[in-house]
Amino acid sequence: MTHQTTEQTDTLEGSDGSPLGVLSGTSRFLHSWRTAGIAIPFLILFVTLSIASQPFLHTSNLINILDQQAATLCIAAAGTLVLVAGGIDLSVGATYGLATVVAGEIAAHHSPVLAIGAGILVGLFVGLVNGLIVTVFKINALITTLAMSFVIGGLALKVSGGNLIVLSANSGFFKFANAQFLTVPSAVWMTLVFVVILGLLLSGSTFGRYMVASGGNAEAARLAGVRVNLIRVVAFTLSGGAAGLGGVIDISRLLSAQAASGGSALAFTVLAGIVVGGTSIAGGEGSVWRTAIGVLFIALIGNGIDLLGVDPLYQQIVLGVILLIAVGLDAWARQRRR
Amino acid sequence: MSERTFEEHPHRTADTPGGDLVVAGVSKRFGGVPALRDVSLTIEPGKVHALIGENGAGKSTLGKIISGVIEPDEGTLSLGGRPLVLRSPREAIANGIITIAQELAIVPGLTVVDNVYLGSEVATAGFVRRREARRRFRELAHRVGFELSPDVRAGSLSIADQQKVEIMRALSRNASIVVMDEPTAALSDNETAALHEIVRSLARRGSAVVLISHFLSEVLSLSDTITTLRDGHLVRTVEAAGATEGSLIEGMLGRSLSSAFPEKVVVDPDAPVALEVDHLSAPGVEDCSFVLRRGEILGIAGLVGAGRSELARAVYRDAKVSAGTVQLAGSDLAGHSPHRSIRRGLVLIPESRKEMGLLMGRSVKENVSLSRLDLVSRLGWIAAIRERRAVSQLMQKTTVKAASMGLPANMLSGGNQQKLLFARSMMCSPSVLIADEPTRGVDVGSKRAIYDLLVEMAKDGMGIIVISSELEEILGLAHRTLVMRRGRIVAELAGDHMNEQAVLAAAFAETNAT
Repeated sequence: MTHQTTEQTDTLEGSDGSPLGVLSGTSRFLHSWRTAGIAIPFLILFVTLSIASQPFLHTSNLINILDQQAATLCIAAAGTLVLVAGGIDLSVGATYGLATVVAGEIAAHHSPVLAIGAGILVGLFVGLVNGLIVTVFKINALITTLAMSFVIGGLALKVSGGNLIVLSANSGFFKFANAQFLTVPSAVWMTLVFVVILGLLLSGSTFGRYMVASGGNAEAARLAGVRVNLIRVVAFTLSGGAAGLGGVIDISRLLSAQAASGGSALAFTVLAGIVVGGTSIAGGEGSVWRTAIGVLFIALIGNGIDLLGVDPLYQQIVLGVILLIAVGLDAWARQRRR
Repeated sequence: MSERTFEEHPHRTADTPGGDLVVAGVSKRFGGVPALRDVSLTIEPGKVHALIGENGAGKSTLGKIISGVIEPDEGTLSLGGRPLVLRSPREAIANGIITIAQELAIVPGLTVVDNVYLGSEVATAGFVRRREARRRFRELAHRVGFELSPDVRAGSLSIADQQKVEIMRALSRNASIVVMDEPTAALSDNETAALHEIVRSLARRGSAVVLISHFLSEVLSLSDTITTLRDGHLVRTVEAAGATEGSLIEGMLGRSLSSAFPEKVVVDPDAPVALEVDHLSAPGVEDCSFVLRRGEILGIAGLVGAGRSELARAVYRDAKVSAGTVQLAGSDLAGHSPHRSIRRGLVLIPESRKEMGLLMGRSVKENVSLSRLDLVSRLGWIAAIRERRAVSQLMQKTTVKAASMGLPANMLSGGNQQKLLFARSMMCSPSVLIADEPTRGVDVGSKRAIYDLLVEMAKDGMGIIVISSELEEILGLAHRTLVMRRGRIVAELAGDHMNEQAVLAAAFAETNAT
């Protein structure tokens, strides 16, 4: 019995010890890396480019980067929600392509409003289908959305008849993404609003909390009363809708569309942006604003390489290495927590 | 004898035993909770040595230490007088110690013969010699009397046949010590008899068999030596010849009360019914019926695998229910979704807080408010201040100790993690709470706090079901106890009839099965 009492006190002392004291130096580094995220490397790159290249800091260059990244930013913001909720959406590139041709075909003959609405609705619908397949039929999200991207790509070809759709710059449709406000095009403003809304949704709404729970531990979330399937369907639907919005923004911006635009290249760029932003591919944590910086970080690398006249070949190599580092840090952080 | 090792004699067979395996003063803790305390025993070649005890008595832990799965915190092992340090199952195998675990370790996609020689393939220069492997397999199968086709995919076999594959793997490696953890739990009568014959023949050929089993009759008929564990302590080691079922149960009884229990509050026998389960059947649950009154604490006892957690999840509507009804305060809880159960006032604290309860990487606050976020939010947006206030109140009520509510759950001690689940449940203000293993892996101080919480919640009129592998916990808390065995409720005990002897007799009794 005396033996037992000593052990009791041991245990109690153990549990009362300061929990933060347990954190080792590396864990602390990883923790801060996760919260500060990509912001620090982004700032370093930004300052370096400002010094190294005269035209970089020019307002028109910066706005141009944002304008070009508008669609990617929207899609990546919504993609973050899918990843956080424990899914993955590889069909966004194809959905984007379908939305551009649908919006393009309609804009050529009907009202711009109809074209914009149809493009976004197509995206939402694809996302809904993705979500239902993943949750109802319990098919792996990666495979589902990969397969869906082929289906959607085929549909887009069917809609456009394989042709390049070209619109006139005089239509009201052009104004959708190109109207200027404070010398910044509406595409950028829309993106800003969309990203901020999704960011708040993830960080401040019950829905966001449920997504984090669903991705972090689906079983625990379900037993705690979270409707995991419903949450995931909504996340996929939002992701599809964002791909639709991105498609509509880009065809309005560029006035041309074809079924193959977007595709797997866009899907992977989006995923790269999310992962570089520090959102875990395993689900359960992530943030929209870090994704935005991740996407812009990748864009800055491309822009810098252009401006500095470096062989564009290096852009891909650099991007690949950065991705590996980001994923590696995530895996390491997860392992240490066990 | 002492210098004989497998490295020096790779072709040594089980006919030349490896000497005594001596376990000396072994202790093991899991997260501060002692699982084994200063256990010493000697396992002799040619003998069957049984380890028995209640759930959590430490027998599987001891088995795992012998088979290299876990390392002891204190104490040593030695084999034939030579010190033995096992850092992995692989090292144990190299020393002739083979384990046949509760969870089978076969590769379903490979054939039977490939599974038997997995990791020790019959090969020349890296190429598997299939014909030779098959010839050896047939020889081995003939020797042990198994009828298994070598070319069938192991995944398509019955559990019993898969177990035979594992046993053959052990035999093919000339094991000098075979550890079997509940080997017959999944077997039919015929298969059990066949396995018993194998165990005897292993011993006859000079191997030592460590048999971990819940089945006392099996233990008595098979073993030469029986060691009883209780609460991580070794109670006694006896010769099987002089033991009876009664004397073995007696050894498992009388667990030292490691923490006192709060006083039981008398339940009004006319208190309204909170939960009525009628002829409920689900996977692992057969035809279970019971009633729970408000203010009552109902214990569910039984061995691991008896269907206690399955019953909890069927009631909670988290499992496909094939028959029967669950009525919560008189209204039928149809359909199946935990979400609906919670809204109706039924909450479950699942058995494994890590896998099924908490979001380990997320904050204390998020973990507590998860089930009823709607109470602290407006139009889908979380009111941060209201959430913090609610969570801090709940943390006080459940005595959660955390430096801040922003701390991730995995930074908390086991006891505090468990209290988080109670805080979450309290936020749902349920009429019925099912707590599955509420104090597993929890230090003694927190245990008492959790008992107080349970009693407090019952006093407030909640109906509470406590499922526990710790018998003393059920006896100390519950007003009434149901004993489960093989998916059925085999006994209902209350008042003076509710004692360790009666519960263990019902849980172990083989006559009550099917």
